Amino acid sequence: MSLVTAAAPLPEVLPAEGAAGAAWLLVALPALGALVLFVGGRRTDRWGHVLGVATVVASFVVAVVLFAGSLGLPEEERVRDLGIYDWIAVGALNVEFGLRIDPLSLTFALLITGVGSLIHIYSVGYMSHDPNRRKFFAQLNLFVAAMLVLVLGNGFVTLYLGWEGVGLASYLLIGFYTGRSSAGSAAKKAFLMNRVGDVGLALAIFLLFVELGTTQYAEVFARAGEISPGTLTAITLLLLLGACGKSGQFPLQAWLPDAMEGPTPVSALIHAATMVTAGVYLIARSNPLYNLAPVGQLVVTIIGAITLLIGAIIGCAYDDIKKVLAYSTVSQIGYMMLAVGLGPVGYAAALAHLLTHGFFKAGLFLGAGSVMHGMADETDMRRFGGLWRHMPVTFWTFTAGFLALIGFPFLSGFYTKDLIIEASLTAGPVAGWIFGIATLGAAGLTAFYMSRLMLMTFFGPERWKDLHPRRIDGADLEDPPEHYHPHESVASMTAPMVLLAIGSVGAGAFLVGGERLGHYLEASIGVPVEPHDLPAAFPVGLVPYFATLVMLIGAGLAYVLVGRREVPVERPQRVSLPVRAARADLFANTINEGVIARPGIWLSRALVYLDNRGVDGVVNGIAALLGGSSGRLRRTQTGFVRSYALTILGGSVVLVAALLVVGGAG
Amino acid sequence: MSPTIYLLLSALLFAIGAVGVLVRRNAIVVFMCIELMLNAVNLTLVTFSRINGSLGGQIMAFFVMVVAAAEVVVGLSIIMAIFRTRRTTSVDDANLLKY
Amino acid sequence: MSALLLALLLVPLVGAAICGVMAHRENLDRAARAVGLGFSAVSLVLVAVVWSLFSTSPDTARFQGRISVEWIPAFGVSFALGLDGIALTMIALLSVLVPIVLVFAAADKLPPGRTGAGFTALMLTTQGILVGVFAATDVFLFYVLFEAMLIPMYFLIGRFGGPRRQYAAVKFFLYSFLGGLIMLASVIGLFVASEARYGQGTFDWTALQGMAAELPLSTQIWLFLGFFAAFAIKAPLVPFHTWLPDAGAEAPIAGSIILLGLLDKVGTFGFLRYALPLFPAASRELAPLVLTLAVIGVLYGALLAAAQTDLKRFVAYTSIAHFGFIALGIFAFSTQSIAGSALYMVNHGISTAMLFLVVGLLIRRGGTADMTAYGGVGRAAPLLAGMFLVAGLSTIALPGTNSFISEFLVLLGSFPRQPAFTVIATVGIVFAALYMLWVFQRTMTGPLRGTAVVGDGPGAASAATLGGHDSGSDTSDDSWMRRTTARFGDLTRGEVALLTPLVALILVLGFFPGPVLEVLDPTVAATLSEVGVTDPVTPNGVAR
Repeated sequence: MSLVTAAAPLPEVLPAEGAAGAAWLLVALPALGALVLFVGGRRTDRWGHVLGVATVVASFVVAVVLFAGSLGLPEEERVRDLGIYDWIAVGALNVEFGLRIDPLSLTFALLITGVGSLIHIYSVGYMSHDPNRRKFFAQLNLFVAAMLVLVLGNGFVTLYLGWEGVGLASYLLIGFYTGRSSAGSAAKKAFLMNRVGDVGLALAIFLLFVELGTTQYAEVFARAGEISPGTLTAITLLLLLGACGKSGQFPLQAWLPDAMEGPTPVSALIHAATMVTAGVYLIARSNPLYNLAPVGQLVVTIIGAITLLIGAIIGCAYDDIKKVLAYSTVSQIGYMMLAVGLGPVGYAAALAHLLTHGFFKAGLFLGAGSVMHGMADETDMRRFGGLWRHMPVTFWTFTAGFLALIGFPFLSGFYTKDLIIEASLTAGPVAGWIFGIATLGAAGLTAFYMSRLMLMTFFGPERWKDLHPRRIDGADLEDPPEHYHPHESVASMTAPMVLLAIGSVGAGAFLVGGERLGHYLEASIGVPVEPHDLPAAFPVGLVPYFATLVMLIGAGLAYVLVGRREVPVERPQRVSLPVRAARADLFANTINEGVIARPGIWLSRALVYLDNRGVDGVVNGIAALLGGSSGRLRRTQTGFVRSYALTILGGSVVLVAALLVVGGAG
Repeated sequence: MSPTIYLLLSALLFAIGAVGVLVRRNAIVVFMCIELMLNAVNLTLVTFSRINGSLGGQIMAFFVMVVAAAEVVVGLSIIMAIFRTRRTTSVDDANLLKY
Repeated sequence: MSALLLALLLVPLVGAAICGVMAHRENLDRAARAVGLGFSAVSLVLVAVVWSLFSTSPDTARFQGRISVEWIPAFGVSFALGLDGIALTMIALLSVLVPIVLVFAAADKLPPGRTGAGFTALMLTTQGILVGVFAATDVFLFYVLFEAMLIPMYFLIGRFGGPRRQYAAVKFFLYSFLGGLIMLASVIGLFVASEARYGQGTFDWTALQGMAAELPLSTQIWLFLGFFAAFAIKAPLVPFHTWLPDAGAEAPIAGSIILLGLLDKVGTFGFLRYALPLFPAASRELAPLVLTLAVIGVLYGALLAAAQTDLKRFVAYTSIAHFGFIALGIFAFSTQSIAGSALYMVNHGISTAMLFLVVGLLIRRGGTADMTAYGGVGRAAPLLAGMFLVAGLSTIALPGTNSFISEFLVLLGSFPRQPAFTVIATVGIVFAALYMLWVFQRTMTGPLRGTAVVGDGPGAASAATLGGHDSGSDTSDDSWMRRTTARFGDLTRGEVALLTPLVALILVLGFFPGPVLEVLDPTVAATLSEVGVTDPVTPNGVAR
């Protein structure tokens, strides 16, 4: 990367005081909610969801207050640490449990609690028929608390606590429909792939401790320059491994689509808006380290570029509405990764896209949930069609999210995605071209698969009319009715969708216009660099036009290939090779299965054999040898007195002879 | 007279006793052969006592005699007991105490 | 405090004697159990008092509350007790677990001809001897008690265990006894060496430690290997582990908890108390060997755990992996890693006890330890499944649970000196998640299935096809579901109350490990200086 800026002096970290001193409430409220609901059990069934919503909304209010307070401060006083207590203190190590209150963490806190509140409210309606609604809210609260610990923690170990905490919450929520065995497998897969990433994060923490003797942000970032370049590169790559696990980035992306086994609000909150952005947060948070490690940055951008293409390509082939959105998420987070890898020119762009993506992707998922709710939990888009007439609110809010995602001019995604494309052009003479084409191409693919989704779901003939609803694999779902009765969802579900749609439309212009977000975040991620000020692969000013053009081509293709043709209800089997590859997730699962899972099982079985036959065999073998030889030896006890006497005589003779020999020698 | 003759005699007696123990089946005869061996040893002890001019060997011989007497008491009663139950005194038939 | 320490040793033994006497009267069985529980409760109170009196200031002597009475003056053997931080935490763990285990066992069905009084007596005997093992400051006394603790455990397994209990008990006894005898050779060797050094032989730990630095390296290595044999079998390290799955699987649940939670800790405790301080040069010299075994154990235990189908053997194999972590921390020689290992010993006791208890409650309902007979238990018994998950998460060291602190400290502390070993061990945390979640998925989630859960009802057959298809329509039958739920009931209030202290410990120690670390700190610092190494990492990072 050509963009290694001299490390700008970091703003001084001040102790939190005043309103910021109450920041612990942010975490404590949802944590308390989760605790009450878990411990209270069935007794809290009747009012559990109210408590769940109330704690998250209260937490949102706290976040808003803190945010307002932070706006009122001069820029260099916005970074504050709230130490709470010494968590692990042994020898040179002192891990403080504390919160970092700065623009970056507050931005995330607002997103998490804001979108989180909306999704909590939505879930009240969505889960109203589920007997385990209280458990659902307990787990959702646990997730919010853990996610807040992740973004608010003031050191890498606190981050790790939240990091695995969200992994746990995600595990529980993906496996929420315990009646389905596929849910259990998906949950396990998610947790395991996350843990692979966690190993990277843990090793990065160890390296930081070795180099600096501390893991707190304040000291690590202030002294980042003391670390040797090689070690720093290793640290950044290990952090990236962690980020890949949590954010579903190549090569650990395969768990995210499977995570759609969870209830749809979970997909919206965890697997679209918040948890999966933790990887982006981690890299943005560690920007003082990445700024000094160009190799690390380059790898981040490459991973981002690969992932955004993979996600977009696979998204084109799926028929399951949630899985298309899931791969779209993979792809969009790839954009963010690419941007944070670009350094100061990309940080603000990545975070802006993260925020707007939080709005429109959450809105899209909630819309998908609303469609499923009206269609007997069906997710196959081939069985939809013409739904716009039956669920107007869902349709319009979904459209807002759709347009925002494909980057329709002047909607959220348009601004933020353009920022990323522009930044990627400045990556260098060759890299700029590569990244620029990747980001632009993926934008076209995005437009294609999203238009396909829109056309198959909301337009065209009503293919569901002649079909009978299927029993969806899983015991928690009600018995399917005889026919589909698409209907609009209740107000508690549509209201959050409308709010998110407003965000999808306006957030981009608000955040990017006047560079509001970039300026606000300066204290955390440094002064943003304008792509216009840097040498670029081709003129940055043309990007909006190109992007719009590509978007139109993608959408047009979708219209030609999907909108104007009849969509068969059964999935066609005779398809071209690329489609088959995309349907098979570009063979990611096959590779995981063949390279890791199967050899692992074989190894495990071989070791069992070794343990039983080898290690234990030696032990039992020695025992058998002793037993056998003593069994043979006792045969000499014949019971004939005279043979004993002979033995005694023989023994005496030998003894005497031995004595004579020894005596003779002496 | 040279003491060697006594030692030779005792060795001869001991050998006769040992062979007797090994080849005879009758418990009484075996028993007598053991006595023969003991007395052969006694003779040796006494001979050495004479050669060395100390009384230790003779005292030892008395001990052996006492032990032998006690042994005869116990041994003969065991043989009697076996004879009463089995009507035989062959040592080869009393072989239950084996592996 | 000396009096209290002596009381800690004697109270369980007196209780055991009383229970043993009562065992001869059938009608006193319930009373005997109550008496036993009473004595263990007294121990718990005593430990709490000792804990509060224990000084954590770095200036106090290594052993507190010392007692020393001459025993065999001719050989310089004395009956000497004293507490350091590690011993205190282990005794505290012991005193917490024994009452819980006794309450749990009260509901167990006993094999014919066995009495609850006898069982209680054996448990209390084990407790008393273990207190002595941890508190002994005389090497000979330690050896005697080290062997003595085999006796009650042998009878616990052999009399109260499962179908293959005889085989398991004998294997356990012979293995441990062999290790003990090899150690005896080293103990005698130490005595001889001390005779050469001081003119008169001694078994006193402090005196022996005082001459450690002067022992020639070759002598140290031989003596170290003697102790190592005993501890590596006891701990157990791969490849000396095969007795553990058998013993753990065949012992009654209560016995398994004491066996894996405490008896085995004597091995790692021995490393910390005897192997390191008495043979510092040999420890440093042979550390790579032990570390290799430790890291192999981490991966090997985890992979084997993943392949088990017996729930109790599964727990035993997870413990082998955990012992690998503990050994790694001990032989990485840093403040963090040794403190982590000492804390790990406590935490592993807690989480294994929790896991065994939940498994025990499951077996009580299903009647078998065979995993494949269970499926979808979470639907019939959600609380049970929840508790299993808590136990499992603690076992895989999820942050927020007790084990995270110790595992983190072990790995973090080992990394600076032994990066290669640590990286391999860190990969072990993925394996840990793998085996735990797999078992959880197979037994707890999914549709109700398995012979132990649904009897011969629908779905019994499909348990064999793990994670395969769901037998779609079975679960919609509400009355069938209710019947199964009634037969395979969720945890009762009493059972929840039994598990609550452990859950509380798991969470509290996960967020507030400070009090325990504080007690451990002076001992850890002392151990490190006895080994003769300094921390690789200063508060400012590695010295460059």
